[in-house]
Amino acid sequence: MTTKTERKLTTQKAIAEAIATEMRDDGSVFVMGEDIGTYGGIFGATEGLLAEFGTERVIDTPISETGFIGAAIGAAVNGMRPIVELMFVDFFGVCMDQIYNNMAKIHYFSGGNINVPVVLTTAVGGGYSDAGQHSQTLWGTFAHLPGMKVVIPSNPHDAKGLMISAIRDDNPVVYMFHKGVLGLGWMTNNPRATGVVPEEPYEVPIGKLNVAREGNDLTIATVGLSVHKALDAAEALTEKGVSAEVLDLRSLVPLDREGILTSVEKTHRLLVVDEDYHSFGMSAEIATTAVEGAFDYLDAPPVRVTTPDIPIPYSHPLEEWALPSVERIVEASSSLLVAG
Amino acid sequence: MDIPREHLVDMYETMVKIRRFEERIREIYLADKLPAFDIAAGLIPGEMHLAAGQEPVAVGMRPHLKKGDAITATHRPHHVAIAQGVDLKKMTAEIFGRDTGLGHGKGGHMHLYSVEPNFGCSGIIGEGIPVAVGAAMALRHKGTDNVALSFFGEGAANQGSFHESLNLAALWNLPVVFVCEDNAYAISVPKTASTAIADNSDRAAAYGIPGVLVAENDPIAVYEVMGEAIARARRGEGPSLVEIKTDRMWGHFEGDADAYRSDEFKTEMMEHDPLDTYAKRLTDEGILNESDIASIQQAVYDEVEEALQFAQDSPYPEPEAALEHVFAERTVKL
Repeated sequence: MTTKTERKLTTQKAIAEAIATEMRDDGSVFVMGEDIGTYGGIFGATEGLLAEFGTERVIDTPISETGFIGAAIGAAVNGMRPIVELMFVDFFGVCMDQIYNNMAKIHYFSGGNINVPVVLTTAVGGGYSDAGQHSQTLWGTFAHLPGMKVVIPSNPHDAKGLMISAIRDDNPVVYMFHKGVLGLGWMTNNPRATGVVPEEPYEVPIGKLNVAREGNDLTIATVGLSVHKALDAAEALTEKGVSAEVLDLRSLVPLDREGILTSVEKTHRLLVVDEDYHSFGMSAEIATTAVEGAFDYLDAPPVRVTTPDIPIPYSHPLEEWALPSVERIVEASSSLLVAG
Repeated sequence: MDIPREHLVDMYETMVKIRRFEERIREIYLADKLPAFDIAAGLIPGEMHLAAGQEPVAVGMRPHLKKGDAITATHRPHHVAIAQGVDLKKMTAEIFGRDTGLGHGKGGHMHLYSVEPNFGCSGIIGEGIPVAVGAAMALRHKGTDNVALSFFGEGAANQGSFHESLNLAALWNLPVVFVCEDNAYAISVPKTASTAIADNSDRAAAYGIPGVLVAENDPIAVYEVMGEAIARARRGEGPSLVEIKTDRMWGHFEGDADAYRSDEFKTEMMEHDPLDTYAKRLTDEGILNESDIASIQQAVYDEVEEALQFAQDSPYPEPEAALEHVFAERTVKL
């Protein structure tokens, strides 16, 4: 008799496992990017792949993002399924033309005749004093531009399932992993960055949110590392007798608007937590979704906890003040509950 | 070089087709826009970049192509698309914004995409160059001897994407031919004011790959150089850069007053029309006679008219179809 133990992995290892699984299964899948081979990816998302699949399918590139992201597009429209890594999302400025003018538009321009199955992986997020060119999330920027799916796992289970879904998707998928949820030894320890991950391949559907915690008094909708902060805040709120529901959106494109409305119709109050910049972004989109779709259910205007419209600052107290925190979420939740 | 007669004639026919196509598109484009030029008016709205004069660049590679070869081209794409054999009716319908077009009217003349033959183009300078690099990766992976060709102007040779792509293709020894169509002007800015060296083909040296200059706007010269570059790529010997000095006989776009090029420059250019020069050469050498030329013209003119008629007879897409084809339906395994 054998006892099946629930195997645990970090988010980073779950991503690498998902890629390996699909590479074994499908010879058209390959990986390229800066330091993704010998190094295994600066954030470990491609750890171990070079040893198993060799340099033909795990390709270290020069620092040449326009060149190799453009090449991923060319390979994809010719039958391959490349996974291409933009080391930090902040580096988008040197290659955004390929991403949003090319990768995201070819299917449309071709009238649906040509698919571009690229997975663009990229690290996002701050909180460790890497300053204004290595700490942004920018998911609102990518989600704003039509033609790319945008997924943001917050835990090991979803990281594996969303990666498998992204690789199998016939569309460009921007796969954003937050540095704070990866379980890296050199980042602040995050207990939720390690979790149970089934060994077999499975998909997490792109476009379905996850109710990370059920509650009745308010909805906290968020994504990435802020899911963890929202869960901590929800825990703290129980001491005040407040039952908060936490939505892990997981995917911004497509966005599970129905799931958001279902929750808001139950709780009647919405708080959006967004590590991206305050204006013109995800937080406004989620709030508008609730106002347009569930206005009559709302007992108070939606509230936002976001990063203000400033470059992410370096010095620890500045950054800590700027990014969403458990304290700010608790405070905003408390205000929201007495508003209206 | 001993060039088969059929190749010489095929290049001529294709040049005639390209020229006729560009002339007719120009007529129809301008018909409803003058005297007061309104870019949104008429049967063909929007910007229109035509390639009259640049035919040798496109037809010279044509006899060397094989099924499965991939091409990326520019905002001035018609000559290359026609030379590769992109469906003329569907391409024309796309230019007219019709539902029967290559992209059901979603792309227009700068965004023509064809699966077979494998063609794509882009309105952004230098954008297609790395795409050809990736196409070459895929073609090699499939174990074929297919090649990727990337066409771009001399203006694009100052873009980062050009240099990044040459480096990648050389580094990975990929079957790519980079084709620089040097028409000497990036809209109004002459190459002398934009580029630190005279010949972009010299830039190949920076990446350790062959760089060949074709100094005449002549299909036979292009044929010979492209033949070697394509064969080299097919043999797995890596990429090449070919630069072809060519002429953009008309403005950057239709409606361009073209005041930045001197009258002397334009007069001399028109006196060296590559279509006339090539026709004369073929008749002088006894490859074609006047009657052959007349019948080629008739056949080609008919084909172009048929494509234009097909486009104009085709319906526009339903307005709400604008919402379709943003994302692909899932086709892969569940």
